Amino acid sequence: MFRISSLIAGASLLALTATSAFADKNDDTLRIGWGGDGVMINADNYLGGTRTGIWFTKMVWDTLIERDNATGEYKGSLATAWQWVDDKTLELKLREGVSFHNGAEFGADDVVFTYNTMSAENSGARFRAIVDWIDHVEKVDAMTVRIHTKEPFPQALEFLSGPMPIYPHKYYAQVGSVGMSNKPVGTGPYKVVEMKPGEQYTLVRNDDYDWGSPKSKAKITNVIIREIPDAQTQVAELMSGGIDVTADMSPDLVTRLAGVPGLEAKMSETLRIFIIGLDAAKRANNPAVNDVRVRQALNYAIDRDGIVKNLMAGAARTLSTPCHPLQFGCSEEAAVKYPYDPEKAKALLAEAGFADGLDLTMYAEAPAKEAEAIMGNLAAVGVRVSLNRVPYEAYRDAQISGKAPAFLFNWGSYSLADASASISFFFKGGEDDFAQDKDVIEWLKTGDSVTDPAKRKEVYASAIGRITKEAYWIPLFSGVRGYAWDADLDFTPYADEIPRFYEYSWK
Amino acid sequence: MTSFIIKRLASAVLTILVVSALTFSLAFLAGDPAIAIAGKDSSAADIARVREYYGFDRPVVIQYGEWLAKALTGDFGRSFHYQQSVADMLASRLPITFGLGVAAIIFALAIAVPLGVAAAAKPGGLIDRFALGLSVLGQAMPTFWLALLLVVLFGLTLRWLPISGNATWQHFVMPTIALGTFALPALLRITRAGTLDALRSDYVRTARAKGLGAGKVLFRHALRNVMIPLVSISAVQLGALLAGSIVIEQIFALQGIGALSYDATLRADLPVVQAITLIVAVFYVLLTLVADIVNAILDPRIRESW
Repeated sequence: MFRISSLIAGASLLALTATSAFADKNDDTLRIGWGGDGVMINADNYLGGTRTGIWFTKMVWDTLIERDNATGEYKGSLATAWQWVDDKTLELKLREGVSFHNGAEFGADDVVFTYNTMSAENSGARFRAIVDWIDHVEKVDAMTVRIHTKEPFPQALEFLSGPMPIYPHKYYAQVGSVGMSNKPVGTGPYKVVEMKPGEQYTLVRNDDYDWGSPKSKAKITNVIIREIPDAQTQVAELMSGGIDVTADMSPDLVTRLAGVPGLEAKMSETLRIFIIGLDAAKRANNPAVNDVRVRQALNYAIDRDGIVKNLMAGAARTLSTPCHPLQFGCSEEAAVKYPYDPEKAKALLAEAGFADGLDLTMYAEAPAKEAEAIMGNLAAVGVRVSLNRVPYEAYRDAQISGKAPAFLFNWGSYSLADASASISFFFKGGEDDFAQDKDVIEWLKTGDSVTDPAKRKEVYASAIGRITKEAYWIPLFSGVRGYAWDADLDFTPYADEIPRFYEYSWK
Repeated sequence: MTSFIIKRLASAVLTILVVSALTFSLAFLAGDPAIAIAGKDSSAADIARVREYYGFDRPVVIQYGEWLAKALTGDFGRSFHYQQSVADMLASRLPITFGLGVAAIIFALAIAVPLGVAAAAKPGGLIDRFALGLSVLGQAMPTFWLALLLVVLFGLTLRWLPISGNATWQHFVMPTIALGTFALPALLRITRAGTLDALRSDYVRTARAKGLGAGKVLFRHALRNVMIPLVSISAVQLGALLAGSIVIEQIFALQGIGALSYDATLRADLPVVQAITLIVAVFYVLLTLVADIVNAILDPRIRESW
């Protein structure tokens, strides 16, 4: 008896000391749990290249330009004005009176240093495409820079408003990428108080953030971000008040959490697109997918609406384009549509000589349920899919080495709202182009280099028309991300998969 | 005795070498490490650049040789991803995993030893049946399942304990219980079996005949006999816990070497994977060695046979 009572006493003592660690909105601290896709490996996200690194960057740093999420309009952030001097030179006037968190004044040297360092051949930048368009950056005067591009690059403004933060030049030159990651210094709405890499990051509002940034001054004073890899643990933390918001919820978790008092949960559409790529470039040596009728048949065979409705909680949209319709130049009108029509699919297959059905090897890194639904759809028209659902690395290996006649995958366009981030990546020639369509390559070269928006739209529309007519891809649906948050938090998800944590406030 | 230790050490070094060579080649068997390093959404050109930068297109044997030559001088290199020195990363994460492992073993021993002895004192009795049930349950229940049950009970329903992280000692209570339960059955059974053997032996009958009390017989004579296998098993279990804390660290968001090795394996961060494998292998081998030496101290018979 004595033992049991002392156990209970000990446990309640534990309870008393432990509760102080739980979240409390009264201390004006937003607790974020993230890490479902792995930890943020480097706060210097040019090198780190993680999704959460993009979110962190938005809080701590600023970009030259900021895209307005509601209107899509480009607004001056660290730059106030810009113009193309010629088709390969963009001149930007920089904003006066902005300081980095360490007190250093922002100026042309910071822009020149950051972009020249990151675009250098061996900079270690993870995604070359983000910086590769820059030839070099030149300082005109203390508050003016010129970006010289390798080729004419009309998407420059979109890239500059994307994952291209400006670093303080003296500090970065002194501490390097590791130093920057361990003690980040930026101009953004939040300052870093403490970094425990891979574990916890503590931020506090930058009270000097009133130089007119299009990003709002932070509404919540403190932010604590914790790396929690397991989604179930995130849910438990959310329910116990250990964290206030997470963005790693699966559709079924969202459904279950939506009914929990004090919590809100929502699936939200993203710029990510899901596609089945078909090897029309004859790398996998599969004659069936080289036949346009077979590729069209596969397009007709899939019930996209059914999948979105039943498996993605209706939060996604069905796609007809090889890009996301929210992206500039991604015209749905230009696309040849393939509504769900199993009979037509069968007829096309028969015409192509596959009346008795067809064996197709498909590699997939997509979620199991979607892949299985697609298999079912294809089986119904006589396509016997042998599905290799494998981790991303193995999928990519099979695809690159030409073992995959069909590959189900998804693409996030680096959160860039320009069709070129998808179409030009996959159809402009090179190793990732499994169509190698000469006309498309030419159109995309034009679209990626003329500055006139109308002309760009026109050639991208031509490319989309050809890609869908030839059915090089089977566009499926857009992606969704599941968020869950404390009902006291005023939270809005965005389509580019970047939560603006500085915008959120307590209700 | 010296030659015994030298022989043991030589076989230990060999074991460690084989383990590390195997891990290295497995990383390449699983696919091109350049793809994992370049990361999702990287272009074929990004991947090719990574492959060339790290020299993955060269024969694996040569790459392993290079790594080994450096490792022997104590240079584990830099993480492909974190750009930080692997030695620094391990230094900050080892204490968490090691502390958790030791705490879990202590937790398991604290339950296994008294319960095992009490069960053996009256075989077939109520306590014995309870012990049997506990050991079957502990063995059958996956650690992650127990961990989730603990989270629901102590984290959500009772709200006694913080759920994840490693900020305070309270954060280690649930992981310790979950991991300790994994080690419990083996320790419990060895204690019970050993005590039973001892109680049936001649020297215990003699001790009883001399009129010693039941408690003295149990703890002074029987338990001492159990200590030898118990120390060996505990050492082996501790090694297993160090390697097996991967799941527990993921669930409780503890940033020990378990979580690090999981992350590093997924991202093909070879220097990190290699260093962790090496360290866990060294621990395992050392623990077995230490167990032998401790046994020798505890048991004069083993000492004399050397």
